[in-house]
Amino acid sequence: MWAFINKLRSPKWFYGISARLQPWFWAAALILIVTGTIWGLAFAPADYQQGNSFRIIYVHVPAAFLAQSIFVSLAVTGLVFMVWKIKIADMAATVMAPLGAAMTFVALFSGAVWGVPTWGTWWMWDARLTSMLILLFLYLGVIALRGAFASRDSASRAASVLAMVGVINIPIIKYSVDWWYTLHQPATFTVTGRAAMPMEMWLPLLIMVLGFYSFFIALTLMRTRSEILRRESNKRWVRELAEEAN
Amino acid sequence: MSATDGALTKEIRVAGEEPRGGLAVAVWATLKRDLMLLLRRRSEVLNPLVFFAIVITLFPIGISPDPALLAAIAPGLLWVAALLAALLSLDSLFRADYDDGSLEQLLLTPQPLALLALAKVAVHWLLTGLPLALMAPVLGLMLALPAGSYVVLAVSLALGSASLSLIGAIGAALTVGLSRGGVLLSLLVLPLYIPVLIFGAGAVQAAIFGDGVLAHLAILGALLALALIFAPLAIAASLRISING
Amino acid sequence: MSLRLQGQNLACERDDRWLFQGLSLDIQAGEIVRVEGPNGSGKTTLLKILSGQLADYEGELFWDGRPMREAREIFLSNLLYLGHAPGVKAALTPLENLAWYQALAGQRGGEAARFAALEEVGLAGFEDVPAGQLSAGQQRRVALARLSLTPRPLWVLDEPFTAIDRDGVAALERRLFEHARAGGCVLVTTHHELTPCAELRRIRLGGGGLDVGN
Repeated sequence: MWAFINKLRSPKWFYGISARLQPWFWAAALILIVTGTIWGLAFAPADYQQGNSFRIIYVHVPAAFLAQSIFVSLAVTGLVFMVWKIKIADMAATVMAPLGAAMTFVALFSGAVWGVPTWGTWWMWDARLTSMLILLFLYLGVIALRGAFASRDSASRAASVLAMVGVINIPIIKYSVDWWYTLHQPATFTVTGRAAMPMEMWLPLLIMVLGFYSFFIALTLMRTRSEILRRESNKRWVRELAEEAN
Repeated sequence: MSATDGALTKEIRVAGEEPRGGLAVAVWATLKRDLMLLLRRRSEVLNPLVFFAIVITLFPIGISPDPALLAAIAPGLLWVAALLAALLSLDSLFRADYDDGSLEQLLLTPQPLALLALAKVAVHWLLTGLPLALMAPVLGLMLALPAGSYVVLAVSLALGSASLSLIGAIGAALTVGLSRGGVLLSLLVLPLYIPVLIFGAGAVQAAIFGDGVLAHLAILGALLALALIFAPLAIAASLRISING
Repeated sequence: MSLRLQGQNLACERDDRWLFQGLSLDIQAGEIVRVEGPNGSGKTTLLKILSGQLADYEGELFWDGRPMREAREIFLSNLLYLGHAPGVKAALTPLENLAWYQALAGQRGGEAARFAALEEVGLAGFEDVPAGQLSAGQQRRVALARLSLTPRPLWVLDEPFTAIDRDGVAALERRLFEHARAGGCVLVTTHHELTPCAELRRIRLGGGGLDVGN
C-alpha cells in the first residue's frame, strides 16, 4: 500500500504506467459501448408502458451514474492531494471536473428528451432531474473556483475542499429533494420505475454502464497524461522525452 | 518611541509546551470584537434587512396583489428572500479582516482556528440571521401569510439561517483572497443551501396545512448540528488556503 | 527548551519560477537575521514560510529540533509576526485593538499594561481615538506595541519600519538589538540599512535562484 502511494508521488512513473493501461481501457470502452448500444437499441424488448422511448435509459442511466461517481472521485482525489500532497491526484481532479460536468449535462439533456414522450414536456421538476441540476451547479462551482485562483496550489486545495464539502452534501441534497418531490407531487408516475426489469433489458444496461466507466477511465488517463506534461514541462525528464520525440 | 528600558529587565522565556487555557478568553474576545465592529457600522447590519423588505415588495408588484395567490407562495418567497439577504452580507464576513491583515494574525494564534472562526460566524448569525427571522413575520403579514404559521416562520428562519451562516462561511473563506469573490461565492454556496430551504419553507407550509411542524424543525436542527460539526473545520482549512493567495 | 529555528533545503516555486532553492538556515537565540534581496525575490514568501503560514514549499522546517508539523502549536506560542498590513482595525481604538491581540494570545491582560505599551511606542493620548483617524505611521506603531505587550522570543517582522518617522526608526532599531541581546531572536526584512553589529546576520535572496531543475 505504502509502496504504491510512494510510487504515485512520481508523475514520471504514472506517465509510464498509464501509457500501458490506457489502450486496454479504450478497447474495453469501445467493445462494451458498441455491444451495449446494439443490444439495447435493437434486441432488448420494448417497454410495455413506454414503448421504444424507454431505450434512452441506455444513455441516461450510465451518464447519471458517472456524473455522481465522478463527483465522489473529485472528493477522493482532493483528500489524497490534501493529505499526502500527491500531485497526480490533483491533476486527475483537474481533468475529471469538466468531464463530470459534461456527463451531468448529458444525463440532464437525455432526461429532458425522454420527458417529451413521457410527460409531454421538455422539463419537469422531477426529483431525479432536479438533483441532477443541482449536481451540475456543484460541478460548475468547483470548476469556477479552481479557475479563480492565481496560484495553482491554492486553486487545487480550494477545489479539493469544495469537492469534499459537496460530497458530504450530495446525499443530504438527494434525500431532501426526494422528500420535497413526494410532498408536492404525491401521485406522479416516475420514469425509472423501480419495477423489476427483465434481464434482457438490464443486461445491456449493465454493459453500457461498464462501457461508460471504461471510457471515463481511459479519457481521464489520457487527459491526466497531457496535464502531467503541461505542469512538468520544465522538469528534466519531460525535456528529455521531448528531445527523444524530435 | 522612547527607549525601552523596561524590556531589558523582562526575561525572554521560550515556551516549551503547548499553551493551555486561554481559549475561552480568545473566543470571547473575538465575539466581543466582531459585535463591536458591526454595531459601529450599523448600515452593514441594516442593509440585509432593507434588502429583504425590498425583495418581498417586488413580488406582489411583479406577480399580482391577489391575497389568495400571495398566501399560497408566501412561505417559499419569504424563505428565498431571507436566504438571499443573508447571502448578501456573507462576502464581508472575512474580507475586512483579510484586507487589514488581522486575518493573518488570527491564523497565527496558537488557539484552534476553527473555534475562533465559529465565533465570527456566530456574530454573523446574531446580527443577520436572527434579525431577518424576527422581521419575517411582518413581511409575512404583507404577503397575507395564513394565520398560525407566523411563529413557525420565525423559528424555522432562526434555526435555518444558522446553518446558512455556517455553510456560507465556507464559501466566504474560500473566496476571501479573490478580488472578485462575490458572485463566485453565491455560485458555490447556493446549491448547498437547498436542503435548508426545502425543510425551512416546508415547515412553514406544514404549519399552514396543519401537518406536523416538529418533524421539519427537527430536521432543520439536525442539519444545524451537522453544519456545526463539519463547517468550522472546513472554514479553518479554507482560510489557511486563502491566506496563501 | 531553546530558541532554534532551522530550515533544510527550502525551496519555493511560484508560477513555474523558483523564488529560491536549496536554502538551509539555522537561526538561534541572540540573532538578528535580515532577509535581503530585490523586489519580488521572495522575502515576504520566505518570512511567511518561516512563520508557518505558507504550506506550499519544499524542504523541512524544525523548531527546537522537532519537525514543524509536530511542534506547530508550541512554535506559534513563541512567535510574534507582523506582516505588511498592520492588522489594526480602523473602527476600533488602539486600546481595543490591543485587547483583542492580548486575548488571542490567551491572556486576559490589563488596561494598565496596554496603556504602558502604547506609551512606549509614543501613542500616549491616542489610546481612545479610533485607529482609522490615526496616520499610517501611528497605526504601524499600534501594531508594534504588541512587541512589548505580548512578550514572545521569536519576532518575524516584514518591513516593520514602513511609514515610521526617523526617531521611531532609531528607537525600533534599538528595540530589536535589545531583544536579541536579551536572548530573543529577530527575523526581519527591511529596506532600511541596519547598523552593523555582532548580532546581525544576513540572508540574501534573488540572483541564483532562477534556474529550474529536478
